[in-house]
Amino acid sequence: MQSAGRNALECPFAGLRVAITGGTSGLGLALVEELKRRGAQVAFVARDQGRVERVAREHPGAHGIVGDVSRKDDIHPIAIQVVGRLGGLDVLVNNASDLGPAPLQLLGDTDCGDLERALATNVVGPFRLTKALLGALVASAREGKGSVVVNVSSDAAIHPYPSWGAYGASKAALLHLSRIWHEELASEGVRVLSLDPGDMDTPLHALAVPDADPATLKRPEAAARELADAIGDALPDRGSLRARGAVMSERAGGSP
Amino acid sequence: MIAADHPIQRPPGAMLAVVDARGAIEHAPRSAFVDFLRPGDLVIANDAATLPASLRGEHVPSGAPIEVRLAGRRSLAPDDVDRFLAVVFGDGDFHTRTEDRPPPPGLAPGDRLQLGPQVATIEQLCGHPRFVSLRLRGSPDEIWASLSRHGRPIQYAHVPESLALEDVWTKIAGPPVAFEPPSAGFVLDWRLLAAMRSGGIAFATITHAAGISSTGDAELDRRLPFDEPYRIPEETALAIRRAFARGGRKIAIGTTVVRALEHAATRDGMVRSGAGVATKRIGPTSKLRVVDAIVSGTHEPGTSHYKLLRAFADDATLLRASHELDARGYRTHEFGDSVFFDRSQRGRLRLDRGGSAGFTGSDMDAGCPVRLQLS
Repeated sequence: MQSAGRNALECPFAGLRVAITGGTSGLGLALVEELKRRGAQVAFVARDQGRVERVAREHPGAHGIVGDVSRKDDIHPIAIQVVGRLGGLDVLVNNASDLGPAPLQLLGDTDCGDLERALATNVVGPFRLTKALLGALVASAREGKGSVVVNVSSDAAIHPYPSWGAYGASKAALLHLSRIWHEELASEGVRVLSLDPGDMDTPLHALAVPDADPATLKRPEAAARELADAIGDALPDRGSLRARGAVMSERAGGSP
Repeated sequence: MIAADHPIQRPPGAMLAVVDARGAIEHAPRSAFVDFLRPGDLVIANDAATLPASLRGEHVPSGAPIEVRLAGRRSLAPDDVDRFLAVVFGDGDFHTRTEDRPPPPGLAPGDRLQLGPQVATIEQLCGHPRFVSLRLRGSPDEIWASLSRHGRPIQYAHVPESLALEDVWTKIAGPPVAFEPPSAGFVLDWRLLAAMRSGGIAFATITHAAGISSTGDAELDRRLPFDEPYRIPEETALAIRRAFARGGRKIAIGTTVVRALEHAATRDGMVRSGAGVATKRIGPTSKLRVVDAIVSGTHEPGTSHYKLLRAFADDATLLRASHELDARGYRTHEFGDSVFFDRSQRGRLRLDRGGSAGFTGSDMDAGCPVRLQLS
């Protein structure tokens, strides 16, 4: 979207080093494409080697990393590849999410294992990865480039929708984690955003609501544009002009 | 000194010996480190994360099992990862002390090594049968993936349990370019950084590819530290300028910070920002231009780290400190206790305006291609 030749002030994404988890489908893939288009250097993480290789092939210049954020032993290898390959990190998008039981279940019917997996992917994984990458993120802030962590949220983090218990509880925990990270990291210059992209036409949504009419759902590309705008707003030079709450638990952009 | 044998970065009982410019020694819990800092001071740390630099595999021509420890690189450029200096060991693992490890099979240029998924070729021997330059096969993405998944952090015989990356990952770890952890930085955590900020103490970082501490061979050890690439952010060079202007102390967390800053020092004691390769060794006759004080692990006489401390204190003081640390049960090595040498009262006013006399030059083999070209 941004034409070459604009300066860094007008084009805050030029050379921006961004890592996106869950980058081979849905919102994550749309973000890889959107941020690359805006000039960022992108590394993306996903579990399936074949899909990582395919997305990397289809998006030359994007660095594909095979890893599972829900697995403790994968976290530092992911961090090494992200920061090693990008030379630093300005923006982390914790996007990879697990629905919990599929199809959705009432809490009374939810297997503990499904809840644990949702918590591991949606709460503990983003916590571990943010922690492992915090040195790089704070270094970027210290050098005046700004630093943003985006945790992808959901309205299920706020509203107690029946049958969304595992997902909703995990996203509620992630939202609160985001708010506390944000308070603690403000003095280090890192902004932590919790952004809800809305109900999108993605594999995760199809898993949750198999008979939803895709025409009624938001395109992940549209959500990716809104998230990219929100990241741009939170970076120095542009962000300071807009008095926007740093932690946004309302939807970023229009309704689905 | 007793070896610290548990991989805990900030053990509750950690000690700090503070040695001032007159040689007076004070002992404190290391958690009280911030109390020894003053408003206006600048603390500078190495934010390198630790590469899993130990790669197990096979010397293909002989079929012999080997361990390769990556030990040097020509730059910190993210895509410049196809060539490394490395020390090769024979069979066995870290439960054997490095110096007791068997030598590798006979190595020759062109030999292929299979290191897990990573294929490497020996380019040449660097003046020692176990010291080689390696070329790694694959794209930078592939090399980063195979190192991060197959490699392990370099292990220590004095730490019985196997070290994971998490154990050597400092709180401020950023670019994964250190071959062994910049372990003086274990002293730092986010709470300490916040306390420094509220106490008016500035903080800055450099990135320096801290090298290996031991090659297992006395002759090769004498060549430590090898050349180490580093990067000094502009913001850090500015912070040093400001600290000079207000008369604040420049306090290095670890020997690597001293090495980088003094290498990048200009004649007026300022520091050039950007990328460089530290080739100078710092020792008793070095005139430090930038750094006033150092926080370091405790080091045994004879090591290259100990030698660097001789730039901060005279031999009599160091010896006395060493005896006191022994007597008080200080623990040594990566996860051990710390020392804080402050030379500011006698050193700060004596800026050396001459050349770099006192530094001994690098003796890394001129024949090794790894140090030839810097982009």
